[in-house]
Amino acid sequence: MDIYLPIAEMSVNALVIILLGAGVGFLSGMFGVGGGFLTTPLLIFYGIPPAIAVASSATQITGASVSGALAYWRRGQVDLKMGAVLVAGGIVGAGAGQILFRQLQKLGQIDVAINIIYVVFLGLVGALMLREAVTALRIEVRQAAGEDASVARPRRHLPWLAALPGRTRFYKSGLYISPLAPLLLGAAVGVLTVIMGIGGGFIMVPAMIYLLGMSASAVVGTSLFQIIFVTAATTLLHATSSKSVDIVLALLLLVGGVAGAQAGVRAAQRLKPEKLRLALALLVLAVAVGLFVGLTVAPQSLFSLDGGI
Amino acid sequence: MKALVLAIGAVLLVAAAPTVLITDLSQGQIDINTRFKGADLLVFGAIQYPAGAVPDAPADIAIVVRGPVAPVTVRLKDRVAGIWINTAAVRFETVPGFYAVATTQPIAALADARTTAIYEIGVGNLQLSPASAASADTIRRFEAGLIGVKGKAGLFVETPAGVVVTRNVLYRARIAIPAAVPAGDYVTEIHLIRKGRVIASSSTPIVIGKSGFERWVYVMAQEYSLAYGLVAVAAALMAGGIASALTRRR
Repeated sequence: MDIYLPIAEMSVNALVIILLGAGVGFLSGMFGVGGGFLTTPLLIFYGIPPAIAVASSATQITGASVSGALAYWRRGQVDLKMGAVLVAGGIVGAGAGQILFRQLQKLGQIDVAINIIYVVFLGLVGALMLREAVTALRIEVRQAAGEDASVARPRRHLPWLAALPGRTRFYKSGLYISPLAPLLLGAAVGVLTVIMGIGGGFIMVPAMIYLLGMSASAVVGTSLFQIIFVTAATTLLHATSSKSVDIVLALLLLVGGVAGAQAGVRAAQRLKPEKLRLALALLVLAVAVGLFVGLTVAPQSLFSLDGGI
Repeated sequence: MKALVLAIGAVLLVAAAPTVLITDLSQGQIDINTRFKGADLLVFGAIQYPAGAVPDAPADIAIVVRGPVAPVTVRLKDRVAGIWINTAAVRFETVPGFYAVATTQPIAALADARTTAIYEIGVGNLQLSPASAASADTIRRFEAGLIGVKGKAGLFVETPAGVVVTRNVLYRARIAIPAAVPAGDYVTEIHLIRKGRVIASSSTPIVIGKSGFERWVYVMAQEYSLAYGLVAVAAALMAGGIASALTRRR
């Protein structure tokens, strides 16, 4: 079933796009990540122009996160106060990211820059998550064997976070820290949202756990909550400045994505969080390795065209 | 069809001094709608000779369909520290978004290089207006790169033996318009070539434009971009909300 995309100005197979959305939506619900780090590279691989893939995938993530966030909301697993602080930082970061995106576009390095940033961030975060998940699983195995596992007890949050001024209580997160820390975290992820077309969940979730020391139950719901608002702001930025949001593409991705997300949330309830984290770590690393190989292999055509700029 | 033949016949009888090309297209307007998968454009017509005297020697015809021109930056990737990044670029000011040429013979056999260059017959003869201080050699390399990428996308096409001439009078060619063509004002140029010289030309405009929903979305995105962005966000939120409500009830 072919359908013509009005902004991308090309004909695509609607079924392929819907299935792509469903697969990514499933992971979105399961891990609390937006899934953009998969959608954007897959769309580019399919032949959608990078600028349109980045912008439209941000729109899709907004919708895909709603069903996931609502599911967590009903279980009371969203920290509104923490979410609001992260969103405020995220919107500032998105504005800054837009300026950076423009500069890279002018230099003609946007596609390479997107790939390198992907490899660095996915590689780093994936490796950290893998180490953490493997440690957690080992503790469990040792505990099951009746051994003393107290040696590897993880610390709560980074010491310097407690030194920041203006500490306030985030009840659901189980934290008493300065709002500056989540604000900065939100801003950093906001920059990445604009450049990479991602929700940033795969960075946000581990950062909340390992940097802020949030209680695990509120992490995924709060991450989805902030993703909704930051990707919505990103959609508006892309729509007004580069006019690269393809609403038809975004809605096609959503049709599959919303259903996949619900299935993902249910699947997550049946799995152990340690195993979920291990699976996410492996997935993130696999994408990083794939993109890195893509950077080093000689491209089919050494020449690329860039209209307009 | 009968009326067309009669009309052509009548025109042939009252022919004036110069040779004239009469051309028509299967469609003067191509609509890009939701189901658009590309189009087949039929270009056909007749050669009207002075005093209706049809020569015995076969005539050569070149049919060119070209799209709107736009500036394009061509970038060259090179390996730097193990990874492939864009290292050099040349900007071309007038690159047609689509260029297809169908001919009766390979272009080199039609006329000399000078003539085909003047009439821009053949993808190698396009005047792309490079805007760069690079050497002629470099520009030639980038031009070849540009033509290669466009060719792979089906946007620069040469079809030797793509034109059929019947009884030295009627000619026709089928030009495939791929789905990736840019919207805009197109033109079909037909050149009659005899003994390496262009003796008659004609040109017919075609409009390729988005229609219906596609056009509406495109205009919204361009003219009312903030409203468009808000609608996109609202649609995404609604889709998520609806799906959530549906699965919850089940």
